[in-house]
Amino acid sequence: MSPAMPDQSAIKTENLGRVYKTRGGRRRKSLEERVALQDVNLEVPRGEFFGLLGPNGAGKTTLIKILVTLLAPSTGRASVAGHDVATQPQQVRPLINMVSGGESSGYGLLTVRENLWMFGQFYGIDNKTTHKRIDELLEVVGLSDRANTKVSDLSTGLRQKMNIVRGFLTDPEVIFLDEPTLGLDVGASRDVHRFIRDWAAVRPTRTMLLTTHYMAEADELCDRVAIINHGKLLACDSPANLKRRLRREAIFHLDVSPLDGAVVDCYKLPGVRNLVHTAREDKSELELILDSDNAISGIINMLTEHRARINNLQKREPTLEDVFVDLVGMSLAEAEKHET
Amino acid sequence: MKPDTGWRLFLRTIVARAYPRVIGQQRVKKWVFFETVLPLIGTIAYVYVYKAISAPQDYIGFVVISGAMTAFWINIMWAMAAQLYWEKDSGNLALYIIAPNSMMAILLGMAMGGMVAASLRAATVLILGTWMFHVPFAVTSVAELFGVFMLSMVALYGLGMMFASLFLLWGRNAFQMSAVLQEPVYFLSGFYFPVKNFGVAVATVVSVIPLTLGLDAIRQLVFATGSSIGFLSVRLEIELLAVMAVAFVAGAKYWLDRMEKLAVREGALTDRRR
Repeated sequence: MSPAMPDQSAIKTENLGRVYKTRGGRRRKSLEERVALQDVNLEVPRGEFFGLLGPNGAGKTTLIKILVTLLAPSTGRASVAGHDVATQPQQVRPLINMVSGGESSGYGLLTVRENLWMFGQFYGIDNKTTHKRIDELLEVVGLSDRANTKVSDLSTGLRQKMNIVRGFLTDPEVIFLDEPTLGLDVGASRDVHRFIRDWAAVRPTRTMLLTTHYMAEADELCDRVAIINHGKLLACDSPANLKRRLRREAIFHLDVSPLDGAVVDCYKLPGVRNLVHTAREDKSELELILDSDNAISGIINMLTEHRARINNLQKREPTLEDVFVDLVGMSLAEAEKHET
Repeated sequence: MKPDTGWRLFLRTIVARAYPRVIGQQRVKKWVFFETVLPLIGTIAYVYVYKAISAPQDYIGFVVISGAMTAFWINIMWAMAAQLYWEKDSGNLALYIIAPNSMMAILLGMAMGGMVAASLRAATVLILGTWMFHVPFAVTSVAELFGVFMLSMVALYGLGMMFASLFLLWGRNAFQMSAVLQEPVYFLSGFYFPVKNFGVAVATVVSVIPLTLGLDAIRQLVFATGSSIGFLSVRLEIELLAVMAVAFVAGAKYWLDRMEKLAVREGALTDRRR
């Protein structure tokens, strides 16, 4: 067994890559290769809340699977809490936990408390401590009154709260949250966010890695965010710094009457860096990243030429969504459509 | 307090994973009914066949014993062999793998829990069948009987634990495999008739199923005419069951390790549908 890596980062990856090999079809013997991760270099210090932002299929879950010892990297190396995930999984596992969105783990016939107790036992936590932590965590997420309810009787939101408790029950050094609010309503998502923030606040040395495709979630929770697409890391910085990259640019939102060819013409105008067009039933929405405010006049002229009626024009502050558009050339929703 | 590691963690994991099996079954009362009373009907049907042809009373006892043992085989096929595949689908498998526990402890927990749960059904069939049809037991050696039963259980659940990894590797075919192995095993292991009737060649081949030798030895030990219908001597059957118990548990460990390695290499084994 190789010794622990001297570096004490919570998470570190060096030129990490993963290639999936799949058979093309039932009768095809040749293997098709799909690159899920490519040369990912990442360093997350202890105590940081780190976000990984990208569309579905970007490689976020693959990266998490490697870090939690579920998947071997094809190239490069990764360490968690100072231990190599490929060669020292037994050292990594007691220090980590994972919560995934849309998770249906546990057993429906057992109660919330029984399920949580069971998972606590798999980490060797004694009964007294397990029940004490269960009581505390259920109280915090507002599930105390459901402790003795069968899991099969819980709603999706409540079940996900239980999964969150399961992940934090073992008091991990590093916790991986893979789309933890996937499918939750606004209220339940807010509760989960509050719980995660509070937990981190009282445990400043604990590290969290959150993958999400909700920009606002990453913006709200994370100290630093990495944007990933097609398995490549495109940028990594604090949300504020990422947005600052676009401070010199002008960002506009326009509501106009339904467009067709005008959109294509807008792309060609000088000063237009990126444009996202969303066609609604009765209108078109344009999100524009322009080199400067001056370029908007060209857009307005072009729309007027195409007899489009401008209902709303708004200049706004950059968001992480704009950063994503600037880096990838399309919105997150478009990138996901593109992926499928 | 520091969390347990080593054998303490191993034991904790076994108890924790056995818990859903033992408790879960009793949570739904109608399951207890369906799991215990309904299978008795199949056993009763065979009893009446033997009664109709005026078979010796011991044959009715053979059927009742087999009806009880059926509980364990069904449990092994549907709740043991196919279990890791179901765990993968629910997302539990990934959580089991990333936890610091041993996967072998998880499998042992499933087996122990399954054994306890299936015992309820087995005991019901045995008690009701004995009471209804006045089965004439003549136990020659309680110690040997206990030994044979325990060895049969270890060999059977060892086989189930081995199948759990294999069925996971076979993917969706796991369910067909469970169906394919259910009825033929009833037939081949002599559930409802002494396996000696197959002839030496076939009986030898089907002895690879631990149920075959287990049932044969139990019948020899609990019925007055048992030794006359036995395929092999009880002593030899005990020795063979002991070999099978070791081989299947070792096989379970081997295939589990292979499954884990493959899971980490390929990634697909821990994927689940969202």
